[in-house]
Amino acid sequence: MFKELELDALKEIGNIGAGNAATALSMLLSKRVKMRIPEVKSLPFDEVSMLVGGPENVVSGIFFRVEGELAFNILFILGPNDTLNLLKIMLQREKADLNLTSLEESALKEMGNIIASAFVAALADFTKLSLKISVPCLAVDMAGAILSVPLSLYGCIGDTAFLLETEFEEGLDDIKIQFFLIPDDDNAFKVLLNSIGVRASNGNNSSGDGRI
Amino acid sequence: MEIIRVGMGEYKTAKAPAILVSYGLGSCVGVALYDSTKKIGGLAHIMLPDSNLASKRDFNPGKFADTAIERLIEDMMSLGANSKKLVAKIAGGAQMFQLKSENSMMMIGKRNVQAVRTKLNRLNIELIAEDVEGNYGRTIEFSCETGKLTVKTIGRGTKIL
Repeated sequence: MFKELELDALKEIGNIGAGNAATALSMLLSKRVKMRIPEVKSLPFDEVSMLVGGPENVVSGIFFRVEGELAFNILFILGPNDTLNLLKIMLQREKADLNLTSLEESALKEMGNIIASAFVAALADFTKLSLKISVPCLAVDMAGAILSVPLSLYGCIGDTAFLLETEFEEGLDDIKIQFFLIPDDDNAFKVLLNSIGVRASNGNNSSGDGRI
Repeated sequence: MEIIRVGMGEYKTAKAPAILVSYGLGSCVGVALYDSTKKIGGLAHIMLPDSNLASKRDFNPGKFADTAIERLIEDMMSLGANSKKLVAKIAGGAQMFQLKSENSMMMIGKRNVQAVRTKLNRLNIELIAEDVEGNYGRTIEFSCETGKLTVKTIGRGTKIL
């Protein structure tokens, strides 16, 4: 299990990345964007989908794979209304349903790309780790199905997922974007901590007891 | 009528008229086993193909295709099912994101489906219906009364296997 100091350090790393990402989103939309302080959570797999409205809830998911000295996954989740409101700002036209055209899909992926890249750039800068981010992938589908991709990886080592979560919110147009950083395993968080000189304790966080 | 939810990495058994449900399968595979003579059903919601992938020895068997199917059969037998009468229906194993990666785990859906087929074959359990792969999520409901597996999707209709 991670110690308090280590959790604080992880949150701070998340904060630096997410701050950069929020700025990028704000510039993209030319709007004020609020960001929640990132939280580090350890959750049973089933409960992760409850964070985004339950496994059957239809959401837009934009997924990135980050590889290099650290392997993790970045996932943005937007509810149906958030997706439509975002598209309205980006493309200047009204949209009634989630049958997206390829232009609309590109717009969502590009939005994800801009904020994920800002996050990863800040992370790489701060930690001096070499990181490579994939192209964006988009799916509009059941939340459980979208989350199954990064969560399955975690299944190799435990029954709980250890993840970093935050939220970006643009209040005027009612857009909320949930951000998840899900590493392949607990080791990724240790590498992160070591990279900034915090010696990580040698515990497996995904012990299945739901505690951090 | 009792509706029993089977979450990620779980396996559960039931007698008619109960319904076993797994919501939002993506790369995971739902394996439904049925003894029609006793009307005993079982559903496993597997996440990974092989228990060799587990990094610890005291892993949860429900997560892996090989161990989950074995345990599910044991539980069904203790409920009174005849292991020789079992037939299987499977759904899921999608690839939600088309992504090039050095990590073969990104193709986990397909690997899950193959692992399930191999395991069923090895146990001589006939696979009588499947709705697998693709790039979309599925919710499945297995009726222990009829042995029918209902597969629901977003925008791609509903199938009954």
